[in-house]
Amino acid sequence: MILRTYHSDIFAIFAMPKVKGRIIKGALRIIGAFAATLVFLSAPAYSSEIKEHLLPNGLKIVTLENHKSPVVTFQIWYKVGSRNEVTGKTGISHLLEHMMFKGTPSHGKGEFSRIVSMNGGNENAFTSQDYTAYFEIFSSDRLNISLELESDRMVNLLIDPQEFLLERDVVKEERRLRTEDDPTSSLVEELYAAAFKIHPYHAPIIGWMNDLSNLTREDLYRHYKEYYTPSNATIVIVGDFDTEEVVKNIEKYFGSIPGGSAPPEVRMTEPEQQGEKRFYYKREAQLPYVIYGYQAPNYKDKDHYALDVLSNILSEGKSSRLYQKIVYEKELAIAAGGGFNAIQTDPELFYFYAQLRPERTTAEAESALNSEIEKIKKEPVSDSELQKAKNQIEASFIMGQDSNFYQAMLIGRLETIGAGARYLETYIDEIRKVTAEDIMRIAQKYFTEDHRTVGILVPLSPKNE
Amino acid sequence: MQRCYMTYKLLRTRFVLLLGLVISLLALTSQEILASPKAEPKRVVLDNGIILLITETHALPMVNISVAVKTGAIYDPPGKGGVASLTAILLDEGTKTRTSRQIAEEIDFIGGSLSTSGGMDYSSASLVVLKKDIATGLALLSDILINPVFPEEEVERKKKETLAAILAEKDDPGSVASKAFYKAVFGSHPYGAPPEGNEETIPKISREDLVSFYQKYYTPNNTIIAVVGDVDLKEAVALIEGHFKSWEKKEGQFPDISPVKRLTKRDSILIDKNITQANILLGHTGISRDNPDFYAVYVMNYILGGGGFSSRLTKEIRDNKGLAYGVYSRFDLSKQPGAFAVSIQTKNETARVAIDNILTEIKRIREEQVADEELREAKDYLTGSFPLKLDTNAKIANYVVFMEFYNLGLDYFDQYLKHIASVTKEDILRVAKKYIDTENFVTVAVAQQEKAGLKE
Repeated sequence: MILRTYHSDIFAIFAMPKVKGRIIKGALRIIGAFAATLVFLSAPAYSSEIKEHLLPNGLKIVTLENHKSPVVTFQIWYKVGSRNEVTGKTGISHLLEHMMFKGTPSHGKGEFSRIVSMNGGNENAFTSQDYTAYFEIFSSDRLNISLELESDRMVNLLIDPQEFLLERDVVKEERRLRTEDDPTSSLVEELYAAAFKIHPYHAPIIGWMNDLSNLTREDLYRHYKEYYTPSNATIVIVGDFDTEEVVKNIEKYFGSIPGGSAPPEVRMTEPEQQGEKRFYYKREAQLPYVIYGYQAPNYKDKDHYALDVLSNILSEGKSSRLYQKIVYEKELAIAAGGGFNAIQTDPELFYFYAQLRPERTTAEAESALNSEIEKIKKEPVSDSELQKAKNQIEASFIMGQDSNFYQAMLIGRLETIGAGARYLETYIDEIRKVTAEDIMRIAQKYFTEDHRTVGILVPLSPKNE
Repeated sequence: MQRCYMTYKLLRTRFVLLLGLVISLLALTSQEILASPKAEPKRVVLDNGIILLITETHALPMVNISVAVKTGAIYDPPGKGGVASLTAILLDEGTKTRTSRQIAEEIDFIGGSLSTSGGMDYSSASLVVLKKDIATGLALLSDILINPVFPEEEVERKKKETLAAILAEKDDPGSVASKAFYKAVFGSHPYGAPPEGNEETIPKISREDLVSFYQKYYTPNNTIIAVVGDVDLKEAVALIEGHFKSWEKKEGQFPDISPVKRLTKRDSILIDKNITQANILLGHTGISRDNPDFYAVYVMNYILGGGGFSSRLTKEIRDNKGLAYGVYSRFDLSKQPGAFAVSIQTKNETARVAIDNILTEIKRIREEQVADEELREAKDYLTGSFPLKLDTNAKIANYVVFMEFYNLGLDYFDQYLKHIASVTKEDILRVAKKYIDTENFVTVAVAQQEKAGLKE
């Protein structure tokens, strides 16, 4: 699955209802902040509304009706990912995600996929650092199939020992495909391993190969029982359906599942870095690659809004600074950019990268990246550059609403990492408030040599050439 | 299609870069796009010959515009592979009145996107803007299509960039395998060469090659424009007419493309690379989009290896044997017969057993009728999933262009449902025998050959 960068996914501003009684119920109103400047606010899409419900067993339901097309996206999000894994057991969340398709007593191996496709649906799942999510996309009248299948596998997963061994092999093939045989992916894996020494973002989502070989069926079953409970899950539905009816049906399918006890908290925090870390990664490859990762804040820190704007200034579109300077003017790289993701449970990295042209050196790329970073720290961005970045973010916010799937992704992610869909209420307002001085200030604050990790891919010539 | 985990977004940089070079031979497995009655576009032919297709969707204040110019790498001059692709990616690198930088600034300032790419059968441009910015967006889109100047400096820059990107692709074993496969299957036919060109051809291309390619093929009467979004029919026609009226109709004779020759021998290409997996492609020539057996082939391929988790290849090779993360079969969608290919990545040591399993499955579908249930499930998916293919403006815009380019008719959706519904298991056996060859095929394996042990 290819996911777009986060800041393009922001789609709407919504106000959340208050909690009332057993079930949270309520409509959303549209925030007026938009109206002052944007004439198209009156467009019908903005009458869409997010609704929240909470079942007594702790299962949260977030819905967004949108009747433009007779389809619906169902997603169920569990608050578990590689962040919840311990040394020696990395990759367990992702392998469990694979096993979730391998059957329960009432739906055997392959049945989930078969039932969904027979009904003209698409289904899949994805695992990240902070979450594991499952989805089905259907014609509107098939939504109950999701409820039946997802409520079953939330509780009754078998994890057959033979199937476990087979699927572990499949995941090892996946790791070979995505990481081992891809120099850039491997470099990124090394970057996270170097930048995070304590926090579990240190380890790759797919897990280290050696850990995969050592995972057992019992490890997975324990993980499943620990994290797959209603109180650790959020259902997100976007598209053509009726919320009231769907909530009733969800209660029917999920209401009797015990809420479960709270899973263990992840308490590791990455200490402040004291001095640049630098590593060289040598392997057969065609082109050198430079990557920086600066310790950055997440959504909990208001600075992230200015960092979002800065991401756009650096690398959104062909007029962005890193493209213009490093790819276009200096002809140093075939690709260059920078950005970060604030929508994480814990703080992540703000990265910069350049994939060099064959005749160029990483020293040249570093010097070009450094001078762009220094420029941001010393000179305020121009009014038009700032306005351009804000326009891009606002346009993406609207265009993102074209896809049910991405809207559901965004809601699911915000809910799961702790920010809540309410984050969207103020997002555009906060972006609008960002000033050129803010950008200079946050650049000075976060882009310090002592807080960065630098990774250099050093290509080796193939032995057989 | 596969269970996946979310990768760091950094990893995508390479793919983003290569978008301009992506091959336009669409695969049946994922690209076949269906219409819904609701999305049936209005078709208008403008005075200068532009075919304009309009679909109104008023849910959001935005507009997607997809353009196809009916030329591509099939018309690359001999020895100059990459001309069509470079022509397309240089359209937005300078016009009579705007520099490359100005074009980028203007589109970025309104938060829109403007992109171009050159494919095998046709070349594309695409514009996405908010409704309030449609005039600005169309001014840019029409300018890059009508008035590109191909500045010498920009041409040289893009040539160097393309060469570096071609070099970077050597780190992608799948891409190495694919290039070798198409070359072996299609030989000197244009489909045998990568549309972006290669190390030998790119340096030979001059600015003049691009200018003359542009002048010959980029004409309004060779162009399809699909508009999808928050505009009504009258408004859309007026806007497109207004912005494109200076583009003058031009008649021209396009060269004939030599027909695709079917393979007459078995061939095996082993490429040694220091990697952990064997990247295997196995297949031969397939069918063209206008082949009357298209729908039967489509359903057959869904059952064999096009249907994701439901396909025989995935069930047998992934689910029952744990040999691979991904195994697929596909028939390329194209004007002339494209490729039939089965692809898999498996650890070097299991390359042989994976190939044997693939051969077993393709023999089976040629020899035994599929089960009734299997056929029913395939048809249920293919007909039932149609609304999912049209649930965003971008999907609709691409579908409309596709429909027009392949002359599928505005009632394609109804036709499609009827055609799928009428496929029988006898049809499936017949087309499997006819279009899959277990004697004459090419096998490409990029692997650590010593471990893979594929040498006969």
